[in-house]
Amino acid sequence: MRIIGEALQTVWETPRGRAGVMFLGFLVLLALFGPLALPDPARQFDLDELAAVSPSVDHPFGTDQLSRDVLSRVVSGARISLAVAALAVALSVTLGAGVGLIAGYWGGAVDALLMRLVDGALAIPRLFLLMLVLVVPDRVPLLALVLMIGTTGWFATSRLVRAEVLRLREETFVQAAEALGASRRRIILRHLLVNAAGPLLVAATLGVGDVILLESGLSFLGLGVQPPTPSWGGMILDGRAAIEAAPWISIFPGVAIVLTVLATSLVGDALRDAFDPRGA
Amino acid sequence: MTRVLEVGNLRVSFPARDGRRFFPVDGVSFTLDRGETLALVGESGCGKSLTSLALLQLVPASGRVEPGSTIRLGDTDVLSLKGEALRHIRGRRIGMIFQDPMTSLNPVFTVGDQIAEGVRAHLPVSRGEARERARTLLQEVGIPDPAGRLDAYPHQLSGGMRQRVMIAIALAAEPEILVADEPTTALDVTVQAQILEVLDQLRRARGMAVLLITHDLGIVAGRADRVSVMYAGQIVEEAPTPELFAHPSHPYTQGLFASVPRISGPVNRLTPIGGTVPAPTAWPTGCRFRPRCPQAFEKCQLPPELLPVGPDHRMRCWLAEGRPFRD
Repeated sequence: MRIIGEALQTVWETPRGRAGVMFLGFLVLLALFGPLALPDPARQFDLDELAAVSPSVDHPFGTDQLSRDVLSRVVSGARISLAVAALAVALSVTLGAGVGLIAGYWGGAVDALLMRLVDGALAIPRLFLLMLVLVVPDRVPLLALVLMIGTTGWFATSRLVRAEVLRLREETFVQAAEALGASRRRIILRHLLVNAAGPLLVAATLGVGDVILLESGLSFLGLGVQPPTPSWGGMILDGRAAIEAAPWISIFPGVAIVLTVLATSLVGDALRDAFDPRGA
Repeated sequence: MTRVLEVGNLRVSFPARDGRRFFPVDGVSFTLDRGETLALVGESGCGKSLTSLALLQLVPASGRVEPGSTIRLGDTDVLSLKGEALRHIRGRRIGMIFQDPMTSLNPVFTVGDQIAEGVRAHLPVSRGEARERARTLLQEVGIPDPAGRLDAYPHQLSGGMRQRVMIAIALAAEPEILVADEPTTALDVTVQAQILEVLDQLRRARGMAVLLITHDLGIVAGRADRVSVMYAGQIVEEAPTPELFAHPSHPYTQGLFASVPRISGPVNRLTPIGGTVPAPTAWPTGCRFRPRCPQAFEKCQLPPELLPVGPDHRMRCWLAEGRPFRD
């Protein structure tokens, strides 16, 4: 897995790559340990007068209409958003890699069938599909949300992996491995999948940003993460009614979304350049 | 002599656009004995690489080996094998090395890893033992500091070194036969000689049979025991190497010799063979060399058989009929 190590090294050496990695690293640490040091995101500070209070020393990001600490909620929201994104992307990358490997390796009718299904699936707008499904039940469990996002996100990845497999199959080393009696499993996992790992990693990184946006959008529409569980999209929805009087309720989670997605794009682009044989 | 490989009337076909099938390999027969080197010589497109791929049933998916072809590996009928049984032949009984050492190694694994993979695909050994075997193999193929090179990645090695690694991988499971498809074509001349020397040493040390596929008559001399010259999907002349070099008989073989520059002897212009190799979709009828042959006559409209011209020396040419048999 040397090329991956080297690519990560290259990413770290570019300013934008390093900025993205540092921000995401900081965010992950914050999501993991931040809640230990911050007040409970569900705690209501002033029960007598439930009102949004602007940022202060006690509440650096202010409080919302229910007198809850916005900073706590942004940090807890990071936990939810990152967990949903990581799990959903892991699921879609696995599905996409699996389907792409099968289609590319077996070819023929299997390939044709799978790719026509993928073409069909790609023609359906993902957000509408998710809204259609998520609007039916009263409450959507978090795990169901992850499954829905994960199982609708692998189509483009499968095409990418298939294209890589088709390219790699023509490489002499794959033929050489066959000539030396490598099993089918070994050829697929060791010679095809590992050599396709670079583009797959780029797709996964950019996918994290996509999923965070998608989840925020769904939560903003009330279809994603359900209150009282804090989520960035949900917080923007909460603050919408008071956007003029108490803009901080919406602004801070909004900024969190923008910075996170920007960071994944920076890392993803830097990775893509690192894997680019032309050495951009 | 123990016969290790017997190929009989091998025909490989592919579908053409018009629905008919064409035969890039069309009735190839040869044998290989233990410890012997047979050179299969011919121009690009004559079917020599496809012949070698067919030995391991590695013909590309749209092609097929025609019924009536036989490939016997010792007591094994290779063409009847499928799945796991076939996998146990590949690498274990026939090892193979390819033309371009730059692309025949997996770029993301160390060479030690890749040799050990070849060992462990066939032999029940532990990781540690496989690594130790990989080190020994690197030493055998003449790589300096083999222990240090185990952890090198392919891109850190020169072309010659990579081809040595390829040989080590091909030999990992101790096959009886090594098929070398243009093993030195991509290498510098000086490195070519080294690689051929390594192959020769290993053949002698292990009693392995080598099928050396090449377009270069120059590397055949002194390396191969016998030569089979291929043209348009068929063997057109076969003889022990000294006999072939002393008495090249088929007009095509003579043409090949005339187009190779010589270091000794009078300085003459090189004489290329006129025309080009026909496409496998359109082999000429009768003798396939007829359209390019300076000596063609009426009978060449009929396809010739392999006819004897000397001791162990046969050619696919009607001229053999009019000539006295040398012995």
